Amino acid sequence: MRAVVSLVVVLLLLWLAVWTVVARDAFLAVVGFIAYGLLLSLVWVRLYGIDVALIEAAIGGGLTGALLLGAVGRLRGTEAAARSERPGAGTRAFAMVLSLGVTVVLVLCVLALPEPAPTLAPQAAQELPATGVGNPITGVLLAFRALDTLLEAIVLVIALIGVWSLAPDRFWGGRPGLRHDADPDGVLAYFARVLPPIGIVVGIYLLWAGADHPGGKFQSATILAAMWMLVQMTGLADTPAVASRWLRAGVVVGPLVFVAVGLLGLWTAGDFLGYPPDWAKPMIVVIEVALLPTLVLVLALLMNGAPARNVKR
Amino acid sequence: MTVETLIALAACALVGIGLYGLIVQPHPLRKVVAFNVMGSGVFVIFGALARRGAAAGMLADPVPQALLITAIVVAFAATAMTVALLLRLIESTGSASLAAEPPSADGEAR
Repeated sequence: MRAVVSLVVVLLLLWLAVWTVVARDAFLAVVGFIAYGLLLSLVWVRLYGIDVALIEAAIGGGLTGALLLGAVGRLRGTEAAARSERPGAGTRAFAMVLSLGVTVVLVLCVLALPEPAPTLAPQAAQELPATGVGNPITGVLLAFRALDTLLEAIVLVIALIGVWSLAPDRFWGGRPGLRHDADPDGVLAYFARVLPPIGIVVGIYLLWAGADHPGGKFQSATILAAMWMLVQMTGLADTPAVASRWLRAGVVVGPLVFVAVGLLGLWTAGDFLGYPPDWAKPMIVVIEVALLPTLVLVLALLMNGAPARNVKR
Repeated sequence: MTVETLIALAACALVGIGLYGLIVQPHPLRKVVAFNVMGSGVFVIFGALARRGAAAGMLADPVPQALLITAIVVAFAATAMTVALLLRLIESTGSASLAAEPPSADGEAR
């Protein structure tokens, strides 16, 4: 029975992937991609990656889907021109052969995987008690492979700087996007008033629960960012000006605290990002709490895009 | 065949499907979507490897799973950056064309 369900999910996933690639226009492709992301999170559950499933549904399908959907609206006029650039039959045949070739090579690799599979699970299980957290994923993200997480946080900030720097000179320091204006008595505005308190509680719960259960700062940050986006979408709050000092401080606080904890480790534990014995859990909590504002701001601001109007309208 | 092998094989096909779309679709936004499909195929193969590494009472190897979380977040950041570049391209040239020569006027009218 389990195998049948997996087979159906996999076939649906492949069908949706083909759909997003061959769909008639970009809007249909993006809608297909959002459904694809949600289905993909079911696949992650099948692979026993609950944390990955949460992040896939929230970021892979949700935020990326919303971002692409927003772009589709602004790119409407350019689609007809692109259609005339469709490659000829030769290129399409070549692409087909190349894609099939890559797929076949990958399939052969998957079928030739070593038995038994190499794994770091025993080491992780053995060392996990020393970190004081119960969720092995959190242990890996913030203790065993903390350097990856630090660099990731820095990559996010760099991506945001990259997006901001695409602003035309005259709008530098201004607000991204248009000010939204929804009917103040409409359903959307109603949701934007009712949902955020619940979303904030769920988001902070996910951060705290992430120590011992599936969840953590990324999942938490996505929900909090989504709540902020919802409020922006109704025009209840404007998008923040890029020049704002508190905004910039919030964006860099996570990586700065992370580096500070790393340097502290150099002094107390003799290793960059090393935690002194018995102090691992508090250190991890400090990093997670400091990373939260950075992640919320960066995720939401990446969605907002480059500054497009001046602060003074 | 185990479930994770089935999923890994399907993921190989996802990489191929995404690659095909990346080459064939002329519109940059369609390329971004196709590239995301391709990337997710790579992620799923990696996730299947994590599941194969189940040991010591864990249902999957947590190290690749943690790296996957990092990867998905970074993929989102890269997508946001690409979309911003694309919107800027249209703002400054009025066209989303990636062709070396801008398309002819009658091509745009169609």
